[in-house]
Amino acid sequence: MQKSSSIISQEQWDMIIRPKRSWWDLRLGELWRYRDLIRLFMWRDFVAVYKQTILGPLWYVIQPVLTTGVFTVIFGNIARLPTDGLPPFVFYMAGNTVWSYFNACLMSTSNTFVDNAALFGKVYFPRLAVPVSVIISNLVSFVIRLAVFLAFLLYFVLAGASVRTTVWVLLVPFLVLIMAGLGLGFGIIISSLTTKYRDLRHLVSFGAQLLMYASPVIYPLSTAQGVWRWMILANPMTPVIELFRLAFLGVSALNPVYLLYSVGFMLVVLMVGLLTFHHVESTFMDTV
Amino acid sequence: MSDIVISVENLSKRYRLGVIGTGTFYGDLKRWWARRRGMPDPFLKVYEADHNNRDGDFVWALRDVSFRVRRGEALGIIGPNGAGKSTLLKILSQITAPTTGVVKIKGKIASLLEVGTGFHPELTGRENVYLNGAIMGMSRAEVDRKFDEIVDFSGVEKFIDTPVKRYSSGMYVRLAFAVAAHLEPDILVIDEVLAVGDADFQKKCLGKMGDVAAEGRTVIFVSHRMEAIERLCSRVMLFQQGSIALDGMNVREIIDEYLLDDGGGTVGSVWENSGDEFDNEWFKPLRVEICNDAGEVLTTPVRNSEEIFLRIEGDVRWVNKDLAIGYYLFSEKSHYPVYYSQHNDGAPVDWPKIRKGLNVIKTRIPGYLLNEGLYTVSLVVHLRTGLATKFRIVHPDERKIQLSFEISSVVTDSTNWIKRRGVIAPVLEWMNA
Repeated sequence: MQKSSSIISQEQWDMIIRPKRSWWDLRLGELWRYRDLIRLFMWRDFVAVYKQTILGPLWYVIQPVLTTGVFTVIFGNIARLPTDGLPPFVFYMAGNTVWSYFNACLMSTSNTFVDNAALFGKVYFPRLAVPVSVIISNLVSFVIRLAVFLAFLLYFVLAGASVRTTVWVLLVPFLVLIMAGLGLGFGIIISSLTTKYRDLRHLVSFGAQLLMYASPVIYPLSTAQGVWRWMILANPMTPVIELFRLAFLGVSALNPVYLLYSVGFMLVVLMVGLLTFHHVESTFMDTV
Repeated sequence: MSDIVISVENLSKRYRLGVIGTGTFYGDLKRWWARRRGMPDPFLKVYEADHNNRDGDFVWALRDVSFRVRRGEALGIIGPNGAGKSTLLKILSQITAPTTGVVKIKGKIASLLEVGTGFHPELTGRENVYLNGAIMGMSRAEVDRKFDEIVDFSGVEKFIDTPVKRYSSGMYVRLAFAVAAHLEPDILVIDEVLAVGDADFQKKCLGKMGDVAAEGRTVIFVSHRMEAIERLCSRVMLFQQGSIALDGMNVREIIDEYLLDDGGGTVGSVWENSGDEFDNEWFKPLRVEICNDAGEVLTTPVRNSEEIFLRIEGDVRWVNKDLAIGYYLFSEKSHYPVYYSQHNDGAPVDWPKIRKGLNVIKTRIPGYLLNEGLYTVSLVVHLRTGLATKFRIVHPDERKIQLSFEISSVVTDSTNWIKRRGVIAPVLEWMNA
């Protein structure tokens, strides 16, 4: 018996299940092996949403136009907020296009555990596959919104507005990556916390709104002074929005170097998010 | 190289009862405020007073379990509800982590705790096969390769491009099981999933599982269906209160042991409450007995012609319309109950009245029904609405009250009747048509 147990301990095991996994055992390789699942989740979300709707993806076109219209009327025409000399409509639409992607990523990933409790309780797969697939499928709506924005931009350029597209446009994919990282990072931190506090969800949409008002979505950074300016600069989304405007509209009050702050912030949030998510995922079924 | 594919070492799982948090931030604040003022905690739950494995605010679902499984073994796991079977499966499937102990696994493991996990109603059968396959860990290439086989097995090829929300529940289950049946892992873990589908399909599923085991794969199977366990498993483990009570290749003996286990009750013709047994807020059984026509307790074997009465005396503390009193009749010849009967099976006017306080009710087992042999009556008292059992007070899977009687000889008015086979031996009417 002694002998056989020593043979066993020397053997190669394919998998060892232990009470607690190390904090750093993130199993990202396993996530890669499940890439087919990520792809199918994306596709499921996309198909399931549009089967049986009349307007279908057209909704992605109507919504940003309406929101931007409301912003233009309220903040531009009534409140008369300055827009750095840009036509208010494209100014607001630029901010909206960027913000809506971040916001969608944040909102849809922050309910990961609670919304998928039934699935997670019956089968194992890397839980991260769900938020990651959501981040990627949100890209579809971002691309549509971007196209709508470019169409309006073209219209304003032809109408003789003083906007110019700069070489910073090349940085746009990188901006998207930063937003995806920030949205995913914040989202999975919140989803890990909602396993304990369900009502945190209500706080999230409120918090996201506050975060938007503390970013240059509806006013240019140049109008913020003193302590306000610093608060807005502390928002990691500020450099992203400013650079997006610089890229397409050619106006920004921010040195592009500030983008490094967003990158650093994103990496930290993503790391903290991954760590808490993996810490929660092994036992969350006991508490949900 | 040894052929041990699963090694479970000192595995324990502890669940915390209720007090981890109230679930909402607001609730936690409220609790804190109540405590500050010296008020009772508004969120404290009231538990069943007699939970066996309680330890303060914790309950041990598994306690120091160790075992090994060899390649090609078909291991059946049986035991009453709450014995730790499902917890073990959840740990093996990596759905939850153990509290202490280690599980080592060799090869690819797949578990099937539910049929059709992740099926999306809006997607077609074809789309769901791919999605479900991916959730279970199959790659797209793997599903591509087995797709025809899966559809063939499910028998829904005509509707494969229809959204599954238009499927009948039988078709849905058939397709879902077909995906799972083609996983081809080295180790397959299956929970009670065969309780679905029609008898033919269940047979097909059992056959498929048998094939899996015959191919040298390892199967771990949890079920309450003893005949399925007996058919499929080469080894069986009986769980009781979070530990392994019995483990061995003598499948039949272990199953018998489990089924005939008195589990705290007695097998005689009278059961009497010793004082505080089954103390709960709804119904406390006081005395249960098996007697004859004249009300005398049956102590000797009887003939089939004699009517047998089950008499139940109990204290109703709280009248509740969902309270049901019944019994299962088991025969020594089968693991499956002969039948189940309940006090409100008939027309409402015929139901015995259940009032607050002492109640005595009885039911008759007719003559000329049962065959020779030993029968066990297993009492059931529970609160039930529709299909959902809310609270089990007495039940054969949990805390039992069992009584037995014996039919020694079968006679009828017929001059032609001879001893015959069968669990029961009813004398039925024959006539000219």
